[in-house]
Amino acid sequence: MNAADLTVTDLAVSRGGIPVLEGVSFTLSPGRALVLRGPNGVGKTTLLRTLAGLQPPMAGDISMPADAIAYSGHADGLKATLSVTENLGFWAAIYGTGGFDPVLEAMNLEALCDRLAGSLSAGQKRRLGLARLLVSGRPIWMLDEPTVSLDAASVALFAGAVRTHLAGGGAALMATHIDLGIAEAEVLDLAPFKARPSTVGGGGRGREFDEAFA
Amino acid sequence: MIALLLRDLRLAIRAGGGFGLGLAFFLIVTVLVPFGVGPEGDTLARIAPGILWVGALLACLLSLDRIFALDFEDGSLDLLATAPIPLEAVVTMKAAAHWLTTGLPLVVAAPVFGVLLNLQGEGFFWLTVSLALGTPALSVIGTFGAALTVGLKRGGLLLSLLVLPLYVPTLIFGAETVRRGTEGMETGAPLMLLAGITAASVALLPFASAAAIRVNLR
Amino acid sequence: MSIWEYANPKKFMQTSAWALPWVTGLAVIALVGGLIWGFFFTPDDYKQGSTVKIIYIHVPSAMMAINAWVMMLVASLIWIIRRHHVSALAAKAAAPIGMTMTLIALFTGAIWGQPMWGTWWAWDPRLTSFLILFLFYLGYIALWEAIDDPDTAADLTSVLCLVGSVFALLSRYAVNFWNQGLHQDASLSMDAEENVADVFWYPLLICIAGFVLLFVTLVLIRTRTEIRSRRLKALEARERMA
Repeated sequence: MNAADLTVTDLAVSRGGIPVLEGVSFTLSPGRALVLRGPNGVGKTTLLRTLAGLQPPMAGDISMPADAIAYSGHADGLKATLSVTENLGFWAAIYGTGGFDPVLEAMNLEALCDRLAGSLSAGQKRRLGLARLLVSGRPIWMLDEPTVSLDAASVALFAGAVRTHLAGGGAALMATHIDLGIAEAEVLDLAPFKARPSTVGGGGRGREFDEAFA
Repeated sequence: MIALLLRDLRLAIRAGGGFGLGLAFFLIVTVLVPFGVGPEGDTLARIAPGILWVGALLACLLSLDRIFALDFEDGSLDLLATAPIPLEAVVTMKAAAHWLTTGLPLVVAAPVFGVLLNLQGEGFFWLTVSLALGTPALSVIGTFGAALTVGLKRGGLLLSLLVLPLYVPTLIFGAETVRRGTEGMETGAPLMLLAGITAASVALLPFASAAAIRVNLR
Repeated sequence: MSIWEYANPKKFMQTSAWALPWVTGLAVIALVGGLIWGFFFTPDDYKQGSTVKIIYIHVPSAMMAINAWVMMLVASLIWIIRRHHVSALAAKAAAPIGMTMTLIALFTGAIWGQPMWGTWWAWDPRLTSFLILFLFYLGYIALWEAIDDPDTAADLTSVLCLVGSVFALLSRYAVNFWNQGLHQDASLSMDAEENVADVFWYPLLICIAGFVLLFVTLVLIRTRTEIRSRRLKALEARERMA
């Protein structure tokens, strides 16, 4: 185990107080990518949000370097009334990273930089959202359905950005259904980890304390 | 942190409804009151301090639900919560932006509305001072209410129900300052208490607001 | 054995099932006894006539209106610090009871105030404080109702209860500052003989005990209901997943 790794051991996550996944374990090393698979509702988003620190895990351990995660959810967090440059500049200031010109270039957004984010097409918005990840300067990306509403060319652009990130010693954890053609990516199917009722904290066997509820 | 404040201010200016709306609402309240109670100068002068403070409070309330709702919907709040700045700082900056777009214009414009309500003599000075000291508390308390209701579908009405009782002490000391000032009485005590409420709210409530946001993002 | 054992829902259900008949019985005895003694076996006040007898409902309900909030505050703190679900549910269960007590205090106050002060309502500091307390109860209950996820609701209402307590206290003093009122000072302090004569004092004590027991009874019943409904939801959720 390496200090730069994201290591997850026997993790159980819950949605609305009900366990959805349990016994999830994996290690994500720098330069690697992991693709989460599984049917809708299996808990991909919940797992990503737990790893990003937005909600506490029910059980298990997560170990990773401090301030390592850049999270990108279903929504991009873009402000329609701000221009592309202003949107990116804001996040660059929040993360304390400097220039973002290379990022504009990498995501092919230079021509759009003075447009208001609200006037962009869905795919262009998505690209801007992904540009925010580059701006964050953080090593571990957590991407929830990053390729939604991207056309083939944009998907290729995105895959290229991820590959560059991996080559630069970063890591990526993605929940996605399509094959990005990233050679370094391993696949983790979440279906086997689906929580069985009454094992986590319930049925009078697990944790005894709040047994009446679980 | 400053970047967040600047972004919120820029959003408020671009989207409209930030600076203007609260102020316009305040104006309408001030205009409607004489229609309700009659045009006699004495009556108006007597109730002016209270009406102006209640009007400021309602104008403040009007824009509270926008503090977090937009950021919650477009996912910015998730991203801010995972960003390197602490959530306590985020809510403080949000409250500051709310005050700059709502409270500060009210402070500046209140004397003009005071004229409409026949506010007397010293009252103008004390109205401005008490609003300047009191409106930050309104913004911070309102931010707390907005943080509690951020995930809710019909949060607006509930927000008013939660926040208005919390506004009672601020309103009492604020309006009392103006009333005493108008009558030429000692204003030190209510003004100090008002400042105390503001100071304590600004210092402590962001922690409660940040805790509420964390719970709501789960 | 620690007191926290009772925070286990199962243990709580067992203990409360055993205690409930006793508490209920005592509450009925104290209430019926105290009220009958107070209404029929005390003399009329030389100034206020028979209207004074409303204190046997007014004063205890006013006390319970405040005590219920204090109980909710303690229960909220226990939930925040120790995460015992029963504690959060007890706070939820107490809120409507406290609100009803506040309403009773306000209404009996109005009925009493009419012949005494010649008005149903005056912006007297204490009356005003209770009205504000009523608004706090209203907001607290509305927040519980508005949130679907029970743990989220428990967390948020606890934070609201904490902050609300500070502001309720602040409002109490602000209102005092704002208007000195009609109410007689502390009609019920420890040296009560100076304010209320003994003949009124003993039945009043019994009525207060009765209201406390009534409150405990209702909180126990409602908490048991909340626990059952929570358990039911958990079972349904498990059913769906299986």
